[in-house]
Amino acid sequence: MSGPTDRIPPALRTEALEQLLVERELVDPAVMDKFIATYERDVGPMNGAKVVARAWTDPAYHERLLADGTAAIKEMGFGGPQGEHIVVLEQAADVHHVVVCTLCSCYPWPVLGLPPSWYKDPAYRSRVVREPRAVLAEMGLDVPADRRIEVWDSSAEVRYLILPRRPAGTEDWDAERLAGLVTRDAMVGVAEVGAP
Amino acid sequence: MTGTCGTPTAVLDVEGAAAPPRANGELVFAEPWESRAFGMAVSLSEQGVFAWDTFRDRLVARIAAWEAEAGPDAPGFRYYTCWLAALEDVLVASGRLAADEVAAHSAVLAARPAGHDHGGHGHGHGHGHGHGH
Repeated sequence: MSGPTDRIPPALRTEALEQLLVERELVDPAVMDKFIATYERDVGPMNGAKVVARAWTDPAYHERLLADGTAAIKEMGFGGPQGEHIVVLEQAADVHHVVVCTLCSCYPWPVLGLPPSWYKDPAYRSRVVREPRAVLAEMGLDVPADRRIEVWDSSAEVRYLILPRRPAGTEDWDAERLAGLVTRDAMVGVAEVGAP
Repeated sequence: MTGTCGTPTAVLDVEGAAAPPRANGELVFAEPWESRAFGMAVSLSEQGVFAWDTFRDRLVARIAAWEAEAGPDAPGFRYYTCWLAALEDVLVASGRLAADEVAAHSAVLAARPAGHDHGGHGHGHGHGHGHGH
């Protein structure tokens, strides 16, 4: 089987592949640059944070978001690859949701950008399924003993976005200010949104 | 829940390269080639050269193969190395590339005279896309 199991450095191999594909007019480096720049600079967890903050402050949007995540997210102007079917799960008093992709690293790009390295790591992908409470504790999140943990495995069809608990002390905050509190990790379910 | 039989029982890395960050703002790509491999797969899929799920299936297979080979507690998982291999797999399977083509062309690039670079410090032979074969 061909592939980087041999000794060719991946940087060289990637350069060779890109040259071959450019020659065949299968890829346009300028189009690639645009995709890369988009995911390096423009699409990231701030999109998801805006979605979360709006759900916290707009009850009708909250309802729409839980009923049809993809449509409600699109309504905010966020869509594209890996955003075709996003399901939103809300943290609750008796249940804590956490997301993984055990097989690769499916992730809702339009709202969170590209996944962080720990999400792709074999240790996270295998262990969070078997011992989520221990893994979350190692990541700095102690889930109360009386709160059950549900682990959601992303698939080819479904990507998940977690709607975190709104922190206490933010009752009079508007959506824009709230969005600044929401972290990527809270939207994957490995953290809570901290109180201001 | 999809099973992950055979995956390593590694300790979650809390300090090193794969450490769980506590906030937003981590670098998306560790090295420039990772961004090129990412950009190629997304461009090709968006243009309909292959379906994303076809690529994803190959990526899953490459990751599973790495984990099966590396065994328990294996450090050094490189996600984008699997990604690159999966990308080549898809292109070879669909007949866009010959099986040994990328390796062969890598060898051509590796044989470039020392001093070539992409910064262009006056060597006068351009950006290196004209390798001719």
